[in-house]
Order: sequence, then structure tokens, then C-alpha cells
Amino acid sequence: MDTTHVIATRERTAAADTPVVLLDAVTVIYGSNRALKDVSGRFNGGAVGLLGPNGAGKSTLLKALLGFIKPAAGRMTVLGLDVARKPLEIRARIGYMPESDAHIPGMNAVSFVAYCGQLAGLPAVDAMQRAHEVLYYVGLGEARYRNIETYSTGMKQRIKLAQALVHDPDLLFLDEPTNGMDPKGRDEMLELIRDLGHNKNVNLILSSHLLPDVEYTCDDVVVMDKGQVAAQGPIAQLKGPAGRVFELRIKGDLPAFVDVLRAAGMECTSTDEDVMRVFVPDGAARSVDPRVTSDQTTLFALAARHGVQVRHLRPSIPTLEDVFAKALGEQ
Amino acid sequence: MPIHDQSYRRYAGGKAVPGQAWTVIARAGIVAMIRKRTFLGLLLFAWMPFLVRAVQIYVTSNYPQVAMFAPTAETFRQFLEQQDFFVFIMTIYAGAGLIANDRRANALQIYLSKPLMRTEYIFGKAAVLFAFLLFVTLVPGLLLLLLQVLFAGSFAFLTKNLFLFPAIAIAAVLQAGLSTFTMLALSSLSKSARYVGILYAGILFFTAAIYHAMLAITGSTRLSWISLGANVTQVVDVIFRLKPRYATPWPVSLIVIMGLVALSISILERRVRGVEVVT
Repeated sequence: MDTTHVIATRERTAAADTPVVLLDAVTVIYGSNRALKDVSGRFNGGAVGLLGPNGAGKSTLLKALLGFIKPAAGRMTVLGLDVARKPLEIRARIGYMPESDAHIPGMNAVSFVAYCGQLAGLPAVDAMQRAHEVLYYVGLGEARYRNIETYSTGMKQRIKLAQALVHDPDLLFLDEPTNGMDPKGRDEMLELIRDLGHNKNVNLILSSHLLPDVEYTCDDVVVMDKGQVAAQGPIAQLKGPAGRVFELRIKGDLPAFVDVLRAAGMECTSTDEDVMRVFVPDGAARSVDPRVTSDQTTLFALAARHGVQVRHLRPSIPTLEDVFAKALGEQ
Repeated sequence: MPIHDQSYRRYAGGKAVPGQAWTVIARAGIVAMIRKRTFLGLLLFAWMPFLVRAVQIYVTSNYPQVAMFAPTAETFRQFLEQQDFFVFIMTIYAGAGLIANDRRANALQIYLSKPLMRTEYIFGKAAVLFAFLLFVTLVPGLLLLLLQVLFAGSFAFLTKNLFLFPAIAIAAVLQAGLSTFTMLALSSLSKSARYVGILYAGILFFTAAIYHAMLAITGSTRLSWISLGANVTQVVDVIFRLKPRYATPWPVSLIVIMGLVALSISILERRVRGVEVVT
């Protein structure tokens, strides 16, 4: 294959605004259970998180994209290719790291990864060379001649990543890549994923129920719940502007003060402790008092006017957890 | 920033077009088996009958005193029948784990996430067992025929029994093919190679036992189609132009064999999938 063509292809697909996966009303049914319900959406290039609680349909979606499961309805394209019509061409350009422990028995790491490279079409010599490189990259360089069945859980996760990378895919599907890893191993795995997505121009879809993993490694997110897409878009955009949400704790008549805040056009939600979260929309501050200059002073002014003591007030930085909770809540 | 990034590099080399992965699977499977000393020993031991027959052909070709032991067309049929034992042992040893071990290690989703079809996977796995079975049936069978010509120094036997070439080939392929597909189908049903081996042996012995029980009751060999082994024997006898030893019509035996292969393919089609869906 022409090298220039390969690089040009990657630059195209790595462009963050180019969709690498498109879903159009996809429905997957297991018996009487609808695992995916009329799912439509897009996964842009770069690193995209596929979030959702257990049973949300994340793994089902990945397996449908791989062609393991045939949807009852709908159309899917991966890297511009129709999944139903060009499954082999798609699989030649993607790497899949399965959720469960998976290896080919009786092989050491380097044989296994080279074998996977050959299965993906690499010549034997290139596959062996790539296997060594990739194993060093994932941190298994010193253990590459050991039988995989003697590996620890963390090492097995790394070897699964290595086999997914050996043929240099344009798109990686990572299904719960940090499952069962110790904290240090998990950090290293996330670092690898982040490096792949941000420095090596590999498009990736990271399926996980761990919000910090997705937040650390991905730029975009698709939130799934009960077989449907609950929210999708860039994480920064979904989080909303910072500094407009406050954590507030008061001493005084709490229900009455909540009514006051709501009457002023603010949104209040209680948290597990006595801290409530207050969202101050645009214009709410000036409607309370035209002289106030910031949202914080508005809250202080309202508290003073109604004889309430403010014990704690600080801007709340929206997290992916907020996005997730909001998306699932809205469902 | 590092001067030269030696970590992950993009690959700019060529890739084979899809459709050739079965050769990779077959090659890896054959190499993995040959690396096992026990299997290598078994493979060599399976050639012992060949050595005995080769000596027989040599002696009868060079010493007229023992001409009564000279090979006939039936000798080659007997040779293939002797190899049945090794076919049975090797099918269990090399075949039981072919898919079962992959299922145990969840390897199917690794295989099927690569650019290969399920048929390629099955074909690659089948090629491993099929190649070994032909190595102990077809290869020594044809070599014996060649030795006969070489030791006798004439083509007289060969020209008189020209049908032996296709007969040996067809019989060996039939025997190896049936064993391969049956074993692969059983291997796809379980995650334990040991269990698959026991199941395979059990089916062979059980069907033979039932047939012999029916034979004892009815006194007729018309029910030989019940026994898997008897079906192969019956059809191979016909291939070698010998009188069939059972009363079952040979087309019936052939239909049973074909039905078994079709059933095996159907099982493989259902069981070899990237994801196991339990509804």
C-alpha cells in the first residue's frame, strides 16, 4: 500500500469533526429483550467515550459494529463503510479489545500478538516486528516470552490492547479496558489510551462505566442508558460553562430560602449532605438587584435580605458525573 | 519531546487481502501440534504399519519363496483399515481441543474481530486435523503403491490395479473428512477438550455397541448403518471394489456419512460466533 495514501487516510479519519461511526435507527434484539432501541448517533474522530451503566447496551453496540450481532433494523457505517456490506474491510481497519479475558491458548505473548497481526493480513516478518514494538509500548517487553496463561489480570488487559494494536488500526474499540486492574496499572493503561488518542492519531471508542476513565482519556462522549443514547457531544460542551453553578450551605430556614432562590429564577438541587447546588442562569443576578456585579454577590444579597447565614459558598466545577447524572435523569 | 519516538509507530507496509487467514490458522495449528513430543511420537508410531507393509512388499518382490504374501489390491484396503486405530487416536489428540480450547480462552472474539469469516476460521481449524489424518492414511498409502512399483521393478501391478490411486485417495479423504468434521462439531460444543475426546470416543463405541447388540438380536447386518465405523468400512469396501461386508446397501451408509457431515457443518455454523447470545 502506498505510504502517502496511508498517512493521508489517517489524517482524514483523525480529524475530530469527521464521524468514524454513524448509527441510523439501529435496533438489536436478543429474544424478547431489545438491547438497542432505535439508536441513532455519531462518533467523531479522536477519542470518544461510550458511557453507561451496566446493561446500557455499550458492549452490544460494539459487537454490532464488529458484525458479531446482526441488528434487527437500522444501518451502521464504520470509517465510511457499511457494516452489513463490508465487514471484512472494516475489521481490517479496526482493533478490538474485548471486555472479557481473551487469548489464544498455548502461546507466549510475542507469538500471540504476531499471530494476530498475521490474521489481520500482515506478512509474517512484519507481524513479528510489530509484535515486539507493540509489546514494549504496552509495557510487556520484558514478559513477552512468557505464556499468556501465566499472566496477571493487568498483564492480560495489556496483551489484549497489544493484539488490537498490532496491525495498526485506524479505529480502536476498547471495551472496559481497565477492568480488574490495580490503581497503578489502571493509571498506566489510561495513559496509554490517552497517548494513542491524542498523540498517535488513533481514533478510539472507549466503552466504560467508569466516568473518571472516560473523562481523562476522551474528548467526546456518548451516554447510553437502557439501550438508547441519552446524551452525546464534546465533554466540555456537555458540562456547560464553569462558574455558574455553586455549592451552597446555609443556616436558617432552608425550605423558605430554596423558595426564594427559585422565585429569583435559579435552580436548586439538594445533594447527599446539607450542601445544595444552585444554578444561576443568565440574567438572574440582575433581576434580583441591578447593582450587583456577580452571581456570588447575588446569593449573598438574597441571604442577607431573608436573614439567612451563608456558611459555605463556592463555584462548583461541573464534572462528567453531572453530565451522566443529568442524562440518565432526563431519561 | 524525545529526539526519536520509539514507542508506538504507525505501520506503512502492505497487508494481504482478506481470504488467506485460514492458512495462518492452519499453519499455526500444525506447528503447535508438531512441537508436542507426545504427538510427534504418535505420528511416527502411526507409520509403523507402513514399515511392516514396506518390508512385506520388498520381501515378496525379491524372494519368490514368499510370493503367497505378495500384495494385492486388498492389501491396500487392509492397510487403510489398520490405520483406523491411529486415525481415531489422532482425531482425539489433535482435534478435541481445536475449537474447545479457543472457546475456553474466549479466543473466538479475537479471531472474528480480525478480517476473516467464520468459514475461514472453521476451514483453518479443519485443515489442521485433516492434514494430520491424511499424513497417516493417504501419504503412506500412496507411498506403498510407489514402493510396490520400485521394488517390483515393473508397472505390471499398477497397470492391473490402476483404480488403487483414486481408491486410496477417496477412501483416505472420506475417512479423514468425516473424522475432522465430526470432531470439530463436537469440539465447538464444549470448552473442555477432555470432555470432547470422551464424547467422541463414546459416540463411536456406543453406536458400535448398539449395532452389535442388534446384530446379536436379529442375526442380520442390515442395521450396520447405526455404527459410524461400519458405515465408513462399508463405503470404503465398495471404493476398493471389494464385496461389502454388511447387508446394509452402501448408498445408505454413504447417506449416513453425508448426513453426519451436514449435521456437523450445521452445528459449527451455530456454535462458531463472535458472541454467545443467551436468550
